[in-house]
Order: sequence, then C-alpha cells, then structure tokens
Amino acid sequence: MIRHPTQDAGFGVYVHWPFCQSKCPYCDFNSHVRTGGIDEERYLDAFRREIAHAGDMAPGRTVTSIFLGGGTPSLMRPQTTAGLLEAIATSWTIARGAEITLEANPTSVEAERFRGYRAAGVNRVSMGIQALNDGDLRRLGRLHSVAEALAAVDVARRHFPRYSFDLIYARPDQTPAAWKAELERAIGEAADHLSLYQLTIEPGTWFERLHAAGKLAIPDPELSRILYDVTQEVCDRAGLPAYEISNHARPGAESRHNLLYWRYGEYAGVGPGAHGRIMSARGRTATATERSPEDWLARVERHGHGLVEQTVLTREEAGDEFLLMGLRLREGIEPSRYRTISGRMLDHERIQDLLGYGMIAHRAGSRIAVTPAGFPVLDSVVADLAA
Amino acid sequence: MTSHPIDTIRNFSIVAHIDHGKSTLADRLIQQTGTLTAREMTEQVLDNMDIEKERGITIKAQTVRLEYRAQDGKDYVLNLMDTPGHVDFAYEVSRSLAACEGSLLVVDASQGVEAQTLANVYQALDANHEIVPVLNKIDLPAAEPDRVKEQIEEVIGLDASDAVPISAKTGIGIDLVLEAIVQRLPPPKGDETAPLKALLVDSWYDAYLGVVVLVRIVDGVLKKGMTIKMMGTGAVYGVDKVGVFRPKMTDVARLGPGEVGFLTGSIKEVADTAVGDTITEDKKPTAAMLPGFKPVQPVVFCGLFPVDAADFEDLRAAMGRLRLNDASFSYEMETSAALGFGFRCGFLGLLHLEIIQERLEREFNLDLISTAPSVVYHLNMRDGTIKELHNPADMPDVMKIETIEEPWIRATILTPDEYLGGILKLCQDRRGVQIDLNYVGKRAMVIYDLPLNEVVFDFYDRLKSISKGYASFDYAVTDYREGDLVKMSILVNAEPVDALSMLVHRDRAESRGRAMCEKLKDLIPRHLFQIPVQAAIGGKIIARETIRALSKDVTAKCYGGDATRKRKLLEKQKEGKKRMRQFGRVEIPQEAFIAALKMDS
Repeated sequence: MIRHPTQDAGFGVYVHWPFCQSKCPYCDFNSHVRTGGIDEERYLDAFRREIAHAGDMAPGRTVTSIFLGGGTPSLMRPQTTAGLLEAIATSWTIARGAEITLEANPTSVEAERFRGYRAAGVNRVSMGIQALNDGDLRRLGRLHSVAEALAAVDVARRHFPRYSFDLIYARPDQTPAAWKAELERAIGEAADHLSLYQLTIEPGTWFERLHAAGKLAIPDPELSRILYDVTQEVCDRAGLPAYEISNHARPGAESRHNLLYWRYGEYAGVGPGAHGRIMSARGRTATATERSPEDWLARVERHGHGLVEQTVLTREEAGDEFLLMGLRLREGIEPSRYRTISGRMLDHERIQDLLGYGMIAHRAGSRIAVTPAGFPVLDSVVADLAA
Repeated sequence: MTSHPIDTIRNFSIVAHIDHGKSTLADRLIQQTGTLTAREMTEQVLDNMDIEKERGITIKAQTVRLEYRAQDGKDYVLNLMDTPGHVDFAYEVSRSLAACEGSLLVVDASQGVEAQTLANVYQALDANHEIVPVLNKIDLPAAEPDRVKEQIEEVIGLDASDAVPISAKTGIGIDLVLEAIVQRLPPPKGDETAPLKALLVDSWYDAYLGVVVLVRIVDGVLKKGMTIKMMGTGAVYGVDKVGVFRPKMTDVARLGPGEVGFLTGSIKEVADTAVGDTITEDKKPTAAMLPGFKPVQPVVFCGLFPVDAADFEDLRAAMGRLRLNDASFSYEMETSAALGFGFRCGFLGLLHLEIIQERLEREFNLDLISTAPSVVYHLNMRDGTIKELHNPADMPDVMKIETIEEPWIRATILTPDEYLGGILKLCQDRRGVQIDLNYVGKRAMVIYDLPLNEVVFDFYDRLKSISKGYASFDYAVTDYREGDLVKMSILVNAEPVDALSMLVHRDRAESRGRAMCEKLKDLIPRHLFQIPVQAAIGGKIIARETIRALSKDVTAKCYGGDATRKRKLLEKQKEGKKRMRQFGRVEIPQEAFIAALKMDS
C-alpha cells in the first residue's frame, strides 16, 4: 500500500531529453526535431555539469526516484543514459531500490535499445503507445503501428521489472464502445500500470490550429465525461483503479516518481525546459531551465547550468500547488500539511459545502480526498478549496 | 473695449443630425473668418471631450465669436452657439437656442432629413428662429440636392429654394454661408440702458477659474466688478471676469445687448448655476425673469457600483468631481446585496447615463457595474399620498398602492420603407400607440407614444438591428399614464437577486422574465450542482430555466513536474472568483451582471 508521507515525500530527479523524431500534432511539451542529428556527447557533458550544479543547490539528498522524460529519451544511446545516471550518483546518494523510469516510443528501433537501458540501470519503462488503432495512431502523428507497439511491449516485459504505457482517449470521433474495447485490450497487455490521458487542445499545437479552423472536433464535455466514466469502470473492474486522476495501477505498482510530484515532494529538474522544486533556507524554490536545446547547451557551457528561473514561492503559491497536485490523488491530502505550507487553514464552510455535494470525503484520519463523483469536476473542486 | 453695435451682431446655432457635418462646418467658419489659423486648428475645435469627439455629439453648449467683414464692407460679430445635439439635453438645447436668433439647418445632401434633425429643427422653430437650410456634402457622387430640398419643404415645411449648397470638407460654399448668416438672419434686439437681463445658457467647472458661466445679454450691460443676482435661485455673486470665446477665453471690459460671452465670479459649484436662469444686477434688478426656466428633472435612474468594492471611495470622489461640472446628474448612496455599496444615480436620459458612466470609467479609471435603468414611477398610495419610485428595490407593499403611473414619450422614427413592418411590430410589442405614419419619398416617418420603461430596455438596439442601422429615432417625455405595472424579481437558486429586479407591465412580464432567465442561464457558469433561475411576480413563478451541474471540468493531462503552469491557471480562476458575487451557494460573475443588465443606446 501507499505510504502517507507527512512532510518529506522524497527527493526525485527529472531529466529532460528534448529531442523527438517528429513533433506530434497534439503535443505542447518542450520537444524539438533536429533532422541533422545532435552531438550527444556534448549534450551529455552539459547534463553532467547541470546535474553537478543541482547537487550543489540541493546537497545531501537521497534520490528515491529518477525520471528520464522528454521529448523522446529512447532516442538517446544507452551509454548516454548510463552517463546521466552516473552523474546523478555522483551528486547524490541513490537509494537502494530507487525507481528509475525512462520514457520510450514503441518503435522497433527503440525497442532494440531496451536491453541497453536496462544494463545502464533503468528499471522501469513508460511507453507512449497512445492508441491501439492504426487510424488513430496516424491521426495522432505517431510513427509506430499497433503491431509494432505490442511488440515493443513484449520486449519491455522481457527486460524490465516494471513497465507502463500511455494511451490518449477522448479522440476525435471516438465512441464509448470503441474506447471500452480498446482499453480492455490494452489492459490485457499492461502489467500493472497505465496512464490514460484525455486529448486536450493545447495552445501552440497543430491541433489547436485545426481546432480553431473547425477541422478537428473533439468530444464535448458530456461525451468526454462518459468516456471518463467508461475508463474508470473498465479499470476498476480489471483491478487497476485510478490512484491519480489519469494514472491507474495495481495497488503497490504506482509510479513513485509521479507520486513524488503529486505529494508535493522535492525534485531537481535538469535539461532544457525542465522544472524543479527545491527546498532552500528561503522556502520552496521553483526552478526552470532554458527551453531551447541549443541555448540551454550554450548557457550550461558558459555558466555551468541552464537555469532561467529560480523563484522562491510565496506561501500562497506553494499552498496552491500543494492542493493542485495533492487533490489529483485518490489518497487526497492532509489538511495540516496544507496549513504548514500555506500558513492558513482550508475554508471550513467550503469543505462542508463540498462534503455536502459529495465532491470530497474524509479519508483515513483527517485526510481529505476527492470522491469518484468529484474527480470529473476536479478543477472546480480545487478552485473552490484554493479560493 | 466697448460693446459691439447690436445691428452687426448675429447669434446662430447649427442644427444637424450626427455625421451630417455640423462640426466640420463650424471648423470651416472658424478658419475662414481667421479666428484661428490653420496651425491652431485642432480637429473639430468645439467638441472638447473625448466622448464628444468619438461620438460626434456635443454635451456642453459652447460658443465661438467670429469676426467677419462682409461683402457690404461692415464688420460683423457672429456668435456660433454649439448646442448639445441630443434629446436627453432637450432643455439645455432649448436654452441655447433661446440665446440665438437664427439657425443653419445642415442636411447631408445624400442622406436627407433624419429624425434627430426634425426634433432639433422644431425646437429651433419653437424658439422663433430664422432658418437657413444648408446642403452639405454636395461634392459626393450620391448627393441629390434637389430631392433633399424637396424633402425639407415637404417634411419640415421650410422654403428650401435658397438652400446654400456646400461641402464643409472641401470648403466649397463656406463664403456663401457667412453671407447668408449676415443677410438672412436678423440681428438681436435689446436695450443697453435697461437694467441687466442675461440668459444663463450653460456653465462648467474650470480648474483655474472655478465655475465659468456662458451668458447671452438681452438688455443692459455686464461688467467686471458688478454684483449680480441669479433670479431663479436668488444667489448673489461678484463678477471677477467678463469675456468672449475666440475660441480661447479672452477678457473684455463689458458685454452689451445681443452679445454672447462668459463671466466668472465667486461661484463654487456648477450646481449653484441653473441653466435657463436669468442674471441681473443685484442693485438694479430687471422687472421680470426670462421665460422658460425649469429646474433639472432626472428622467432615468440606475445604480452604479464599483466592480471592486475597494473602489467605492474613489467612485464617490469621482461622482463629486463630475457633479461639479454637471448639475443635471444626481446621486445618492445605495446598498445592494448583489453588488455591495454604490450609488443610485439620476440622469436626463439614456445617453446622459452612458456618458456619465463612460466618463467615470475613462477619466477616473473605474470599473463599474450599472443596474437596469429605471424610470421614475408615480405611486398613488391608498392613503392618498403620492410617492416617486426610482428603484424597484424600494417598491412598497403592493397592498398599499392604489395605482402606478409611468412616464410616456413621444417617439419620432424615420426609416426606409422596407423596415417599416418590423419597426411597427416592435413599437406595438412595446405597448406603443401609433399617432402618425406618413411617407417622405421612400422613407416612412412614424410617430408613436411609448412607455419610457419599454424604451430603456433594449429598444434602441432592437430598432437598429431591425433596420440594419438605417432607422433614426428621437423622443421627448410627454406625460404620466396609469399602467398595470408589477415588480418582477429574479431568483437564482431560490435567492432573489436585488440588482436584477424590475418594474414591468403585467402583459410583458412573462416575456421579459423569460428573456432574463435565458440570458442568465448562459451567463452563469455551471456549478457543482444544478441551479434553478426563475422570474417571479410576488410568490408566483412566471419563467424558469435550469443551469445543469458541471459534468466535466478536469484536465486529465500529464503535466510532469511543471506545476507552475497549472498554478497560473488556478490563480486566474481564483482571480475570477474574486470578481464573482456570492448568492447563497451560487457565484455569479460580474460579467454576467453586466451582460444581463446591458442596456441599449
């Protein structure tokens, strides 16, 4: 079962590998296509320097999880991964049994490197499968087929003790029946963890342009609610309940790194466009690095780090973040920790109202958690509590 | 300097519809007489306020003294009186017109006569003006001077055969206008030896000089150092300065009969000066006041509230400042459960309301919410007393009311023929009574009597949309008539929202109630629970809509460790909540009130 940390939710390291083979039309992450290839060795050196710098900022921590995200980290050579993990081990102590996840695209080329990643120390792989339907994969701009993806899952299953994959639902024209069938098939392939995200139209993406031009229709709130409900039903029945609004796992198989975010733990973010939250004497500090890979590289080579933002959060900001993250979890939050972080109490009247509407409930002890009825309208619930 | 010989003075105003070129013509006259050099001319000298410039309307009367050597070789003083151009200021217009002997009637040679032109020209005729028709924009290809002349003769009954053809824009015919003013308009009459008798045309507040009073001398002489008396209010002041506008204020030693100019003195507030009052010398008063003096009477009321409650004191200060310069606007404090602390304000009409609101927002940088405009109802109580009701929230127990009377207006609407059907239907729907309908060429002129309370509720918007903007509209309040009026309340989640209650005619209550509920249904965001929105008369529900509970409001998306972006979104949401008003458990955004209360004109 999940532990309920009170103060210290652990220390994680997030490494952002910003390169992709192609840009997916829905994606607004910091990802870049470099057709001419990149000087991986040079980037690795820069990562080493930035990790060392992060180590100086947050000295003496024990790393409980590492997440290599992107972008597409499975485009990097396994020895680069090994170099990154060595650098992390130089800056901090890596806890025994720490979760080390790498995000991968399920193409055959990338699956061939899985063994190498495992040898480098990665013990969990998270694959961006996104759909089990070739037509939708094409529409989502993915470079793999369903068959290729399932083959990659087989490879992952052979090499990694833990694996997970992502699916995107609430796609254009998706029916509840079709999604149910697809999800059931996916669960058959999944070991113990699934991330199920709804397609959202994000600013600056190709989908946004199509959407604005009326050429891309996504499900309305009613249909997307039905699709959400189908998701919960199918996963609950399969023993993969949501431990977070869009993450499902068999009890005990939750992603520890993601839990760290949601439990509002401490994490260092390295690489282009990475975010971190580091405790300092002045309080919780939000860090962010330069987004453009080349500019980040130049900065690191000049200054030893690519940080462009180091902001000590106000207590209100930290309180907001704590609520935003924590209420996404089925385990909910500890109100006393909110008080410690924000310096104020949650509004009693609002809590009573939300309890009355059945949107939140008390959990073990004094914890407060969003109910299954509340999750579909989580943003409103959070806004109510935070206001 | 001695006052000017009276037979070489001409006092005139310009009557025109918006956009027909009144301000451009005024500028040309100023330029051609050399009153200002081209370099000194800023665009449209006379309209000082931003709002005036943007809308091409004049709010305050202004004047400019032009010196002109005519073809007869004599030097004339031409006083151009720029009058407010809207029916809201009908009384002020009538006083400005009373200060002149003649008017130029400017009509766009392609557009023809408009409703507003008519209303203004009738006022000028009421003031016994000699009228010189001027056809403007004759250089435009669409100009039809002969047709428009015919229209002037037919509709207004003026001889237009000598109409002056001009283009104010290019300057064609401006010399002819100046000659027509000298030759066709009569000089003023007056007796220099009689006691001082002057018309208070308008007044405004100047940061350096205090209150500046625009006057037209009828008899006698006004001099610096004199002690004057306002006959209507009885107040007595010393005169510090006497002068004329060229168009800059220029001091003169004295103003004699027929002259137009200004005085300043120890007057603290514009409210101490009443437009239309008679000014005389305290020691040697004139026997009788000038006719036509009326105290200010607000016609339309509404509540103005700061969006941010913290701005209340600023709003109070701003209102005080505006009131310094505009005594026709009144305000008193009001509290609303929905909107907090604010003011109940009285205005001369809808345009006046909008101008004040805009000035408060623009010049004082305030965000305001205004409640539905209300007219002044007369309540005949069972105990024999009569009460005035400005605010539906103050409605007494209906059992104590015998009858309710409401103000009616007479509206003149001019429209191209093809929209007539829709406009007649609109007027009928708004409880209108048709008084007249006739045709002027292809345009129909309709005269309707309408209850003002139907006009303050989006009538003008509807009229514009029915006629695609081609209909023109003007009105004047005529009388009070008994009506079957009821107070309609709006309930959100069973809680009455005071700012939305209104008095309506019983026959119109259901449709107004339904319209309001439908509007609110779209304006109030979905909540975590279902919200009924109802319109009610007393305990009886007459319309109902339901705002369904939120079904989906979650970003089931992966943000990784980037909490900042989500936090920023949350901060925006929290900021939005701050701008909401709480009704029981329902949060109603300010924007919803603004949109629900949005009025026409």
